[in-house]
Amino acid sequence: MGKPVIEKIIQAHTADEVAPGKIVWMDLDIRSARDFGGPNVVKNYEREYAGLPLADTTKTFFTFDLCAPACTLKYADNQQVCRDFARKNGVEVYDVDSGIGTHVLMEEGLARANGTVVGTDSHMNILGALGAFGQGMGDVDITFAFRSGRTWFEVPDSVKVVLKGTFKKPTSAKDLTLYLLKVLGTKKIALRSAEFSGPAVAGLSLAGRLTLCSMVTEMAGIIGFIPECGAEARKEIEGYTKTPYSPFSSDGDAGYAETVEIDVQGLSPQVAAPPSPTNVKPAVELRGTKIDSGFIGSCTNGRFEDFAEAARLLKGRKVKKGNMLKIVPATRRVYEELLAKGVLQDLFEAGAIVINPGCGGCAEGHVGLTGKGEVQISTGNRNFAGKQGKGQTYLAGPAVVAASCILGHIAGPEDL
Amino acid sequence: MDTTSHRGRIWVLTDKSGKLIEDIDTDQIFHNAFLHITELAEMGQYALGNLEGWKDFPKKAKPGDLIVAGRNFGAGSSRQQAVDCFIALKAGAILAPSYSSIYFRNAVNSGFPILRCGELDSLTAGRKLESGDEVEVDFLSGKGFNLTKNNAFSVEPMSAVQRDIYHKENLFAFGRSFGRGT
Repeated sequence: MGKPVIEKIIQAHTADEVAPGKIVWMDLDIRSARDFGGPNVVKNYEREYAGLPLADTTKTFFTFDLCAPACTLKYADNQQVCRDFARKNGVEVYDVDSGIGTHVLMEEGLARANGTVVGTDSHMNILGALGAFGQGMGDVDITFAFRSGRTWFEVPDSVKVVLKGTFKKPTSAKDLTLYLLKVLGTKKIALRSAEFSGPAVAGLSLAGRLTLCSMVTEMAGIIGFIPECGAEARKEIEGYTKTPYSPFSSDGDAGYAETVEIDVQGLSPQVAAPPSPTNVKPAVELRGTKIDSGFIGSCTNGRFEDFAEAARLLKGRKVKKGNMLKIVPATRRVYEELLAKGVLQDLFEAGAIVINPGCGGCAEGHVGLTGKGEVQISTGNRNFAGKQGKGQTYLAGPAVVAASCILGHIAGPEDL
Repeated sequence: MDTTSHRGRIWVLTDKSGKLIEDIDTDQIFHNAFLHITELAEMGQYALGNLEGWKDFPKKAKPGDLIVAGRNFGAGSSRQQAVDCFIALKAGAILAPSYSSIYFRNAVNSGFPILRCGELDSLTAGRKLESGDEVEVDFLSGKGFNLTKNNAFSVEPMSAVQRDIYHKENLFAFGRSFGRGT
């Protein structure tokens, strides 16, 4: 029988027999650690492997994105622990000026189609957007990977998610993603590899692919792939890798545990209400919910086109007095493009707070927290109770966040 | 570790209605405000510190206690601390119908007994498993017994890799034992 995408990638990295449920030893092309998890990796490494070399320094990286630059002494200390270890061992650090690690690994051409990439970020599987097997891991796993270049992995089942129909702007990839969270919940693709197909995803831009694949984590999936890839996304990926983009595709007779069909024809903007990313409703049902603050950024919606979409609505308008809108580009490259094309100027003039690249609102510390009673609308990927402070977080796409910040309540672009 | 079974008092993580809490995420288990902590000894005090109804867990827990949770336990972040906080409290094992992949791996790699059990929702609903009960679980045979309620249940036995890592104590020692990551 043929193989789905995940099994082909794993098979290219192991001599073991690959089949769902089998545990294999898999080679890892890229192993990385962040300013969270990273110091623990260093500590583990120095305890377990003192004086022993890394498997391959050219495949090992630190990426600082959680608290960048450090706003607490603990984070400052932790980042320095990683820097010292990296210097001693000849390892590259993408420091606090770089942005979100997964996006940096993509832009640097390190995360590539058909490759295996691990790091201390649960959204590492966002790299499924490029056809790479990204996987978040804890610090014990990553320490072992630094030293050995390998890990054990249980080959997951694959599930085919066929999307029927299309939708039009201002409905975005984020709205599609939120809708899929509503339909799939945390059970349907749990612990599986998902392959999304259909006209609604085939033509997605790279930013849109990243949005969808990032939130497979919230669906409890192992990873999501979008085997069809439009010309625009392909061109952007090839710009990073400088090589033709040729991801594995599943075999015609590949074995899937399940096929799920979902109708997304004419989908409207969606919002996830607290307290979970699966608590999704059409945005119109929440229209009028008062908000205090907004956030645009994160690995889910931190690309150039996400901010351009917000700026299109904010240009010539203002963030409502008494509200605030935080803008955090995913990476320094995104920031540079936003600067060069005048998007940051538009956002600034509309009253937004423009912050340096990083994980932003998803991490405690980088752009502040929400206070008790505060209502935030965010393009992030999690709204669990207490995650970003004591306030309440609604999740939406950039257009809905921008419109909501202009009006001071949850709204869509059509309300402006 | 030579022991392949564990006996201890159980904590069943239920909500106010008595239902097992599902989708408990790593921010509820070990909040991101404490991610900068790298010392195991400091972690126990924050276990379940953001889970409604269970914030006093570290004060109530005793070494050897077992924890029972609802499906998709450990959703969210990759933080090892969400496992380490229970190791710091010297907990005996965790049982849930399912886990996030990363959480499950983190526990396996640390040699901490983490077991899947499909019967937990019905056991809890039928009051055949309640906080305070004394239970015994065999990690290899999958046999479980509630000594307080006098009823048997079963869990999925450890996989070969999980068992081997557990026996060697953790992934590092396991790797050394056959020349990987030595």
